[in-house]
Amino acid sequence: MSMDRREFLKMAGISSILGLGVSAAATAQNILGQGIAPDKVITNPEALTAKHWAMVVDMSKFKTDEDFQKTISACHTTHNVPDFKNPDGSVNLKDEIKWIWKETYEHAFPEEDNPYMDEKLKEMPFLVLCNHCEKPACVRVCPTQATFKRPQDGIVMMDMHRCIGCRFCMAACPYGARSFNWRDPRPFIKNENKEYPTRTKGVVEKCTFCTERLAFGKMPACVEAAPKGGLLFGDLADKNSEVRKIVETRYTIRRKPNLGTGPSVYYLIGGNEHA
Amino acid sequence: MLEKALVGSKKYWAWVFFLGLLAVSGCYYYYRQFNYGLGLTGLSRDVSWGLYIGQFTFLVGVAASAVMLVIPYYLHDYKKFSKVVILGEFLAISAVLMCMLFIMADMGQPMRFMNIMLHPTPNSVMFWDFLVLAGYLALNLLIGWVTLGADRKGVPPPKWIKPFIYLSVPWAVSIHTVTAFLYAGLPGRHFWLSAIMAARFLASAFAGGPALLIILALLVRKLTKFDPGKEPIQALGKIVAYAMFLNVFFLGLEFFTAFYSNIPGHMESFVYLYKGLEGHHELVPLMWASSVFAAVSLFMLLFTSLRKNEGTLALACVLLFASLWIDKGFGLIIGGFVPNMLNEVRTYWPTRPESVITAGIWAIGFLVLTLLYKVAVSVREDTAGIEIEH
Repeated sequence: MSMDRREFLKMAGISSILGLGVSAAATAQNILGQGIAPDKVITNPEALTAKHWAMVVDMSKFKTDEDFQKTISACHTTHNVPDFKNPDGSVNLKDEIKWIWKETYEHAFPEEDNPYMDEKLKEMPFLVLCNHCEKPACVRVCPTQATFKRPQDGIVMMDMHRCIGCRFCMAACPYGARSFNWRDPRPFIKNENKEYPTRTKGVVEKCTFCTERLAFGKMPACVEAAPKGGLLFGDLADKNSEVRKIVETRYTIRRKPNLGTGPSVYYLIGGNEHA
Repeated sequence: MLEKALVGSKKYWAWVFFLGLLAVSGCYYYYRQFNYGLGLTGLSRDVSWGLYIGQFTFLVGVAASAVMLVIPYYLHDYKKFSKVVILGEFLAISAVLMCMLFIMADMGQPMRFMNIMLHPTPNSVMFWDFLVLAGYLALNLLIGWVTLGADRKGVPPPKWIKPFIYLSVPWAVSIHTVTAFLYAGLPGRHFWLSAIMAARFLASAFAGGPALLIILALLVRKLTKFDPGKEPIQALGKIVAYAMFLNVFFLGLEFFTAFYSNIPGHMESFVYLYKGLEGHHELVPLMWASSVFAAVSLFMLLFTSLRKNEGTLALACVLLFASLWIDKGFGLIIGGFVPNMLNEVRTYWPTRPESVITAGIWAIGFLVLTLLYKVAVSVREDTAGIEIEH
């Protein structure tokens, strides 16, 4: 846009005063937070759409540490996720922000281990991210609807401009999927992606299933970067989708299903060839 | 009436100056936090609430406890409380004020706090908490000011204030219930996911608040010509004893459920707090200090002779207050976050800026309390000997 917000508001104000059409007034009203009715929104015909976006994670496809790193950094560089490191190179746990990361089995699925379990399995890495729950606790507790569930496709979104930084959602999320900007993140972004906004200090952020890419017909960045078949993304409400077929016919598990949140990320056990 | 806060002895001004100094130091560090972000605190993505929210929770209880004076006085016509009820209402005002300041200090984007009102969200407990706290502050300001104003003129308070006074009773219960609901409805936080949380909050509030009030009443008597009287202090002592007994009992229930069921998720936070988990023992000494203080103060309160002696009663109240402050203002919040949602033990300890900001907010609260008490005491000193029916 060549016009900044201030100028635009001025123009909208002047034109509505002069009675230069209802549309300008309507636009001004939208800017003031009235929003546009969902059926009035024109979607990009190339956009990927679904009733219930879901992901199937097949860990057997991730063979090397590089496979993980490629997937994680595809997400983090696309979304300008800052990289906080201690002087010795380890992760600064106090400021850390992450959208998708590697977690061992015993931490990704706490209390599902047993004392005789092979160390290899206990330490087996799993990719974890926001589960885009069917009944998200974070959305339930947010006092400003800054985090909300998109009615059209079930994606749990964040409005970084509305978030007041109360962190109630972080207390409520049973998966630790949410991060907070404890300080200005911008100096810690190595190569800023100008296509995606950076965040300010004092707001919460998390994985958004790449809504900005779906809108342009592209799969989520992690799905694209993962080894073939490692991350499958599709419409769980569509009987013919690959994710639905796998969830129906194969043994999959979800993180903490007993909490009733209804995670939309499924982990395929016993991988190999699937649907 | 406010002009009465502007005249006072040298001691009074020294105290006001001291609190002012603390408040200014708090403001300085808050200014730094405002610019840098909440990274100045010891918080992290694993322990995302800490000292601020703990203080907020604890002080909601102190605010709610005013109802322990309002109920006997206005509902049961217990006349002996006529002199202390204003002390309770003014304590509530300063406590709610501190609550709001702690919420502001904890916010990542404090300039956006009006978003809570601009986008009202009834399914969020925090939205309700904001509403009930603001309402409670308004109620107590109104009631305190009107009743004290009437006292000053030597007339009974106007009739129209009565409905507001009655309304303040369930309202006080609501502020602490809603605050407990902030915690008690979160899936996966086993330590907080307890039906008895609200009841426990109320019990600890009705012990801690009146205990503070006893200390304050004794101080008022010592430092001013206004004597709140022996009997109301003894009556408060009984309230504290019952409430503390309930509080300890409720805590015992939590222990039973966690350890008899033997469910790891329910036990781990308790283990972290009282014994240490995976080599982390940060909170163990504090939690045991809290337990010992609770046991000793309860023992002192249950023995009539110790409770009747104002010296030992004051000591018991100090211990009890310290015990509850540790338990609710610190342990309860941190315990809910350790271990984290991935079953890792990541710990938290407040930083210096965070502690100074906390002290600063307490100082602002006590400054307001001092000014309000100064007004109340001055009015009382002026009208000494005149008893007015409310």
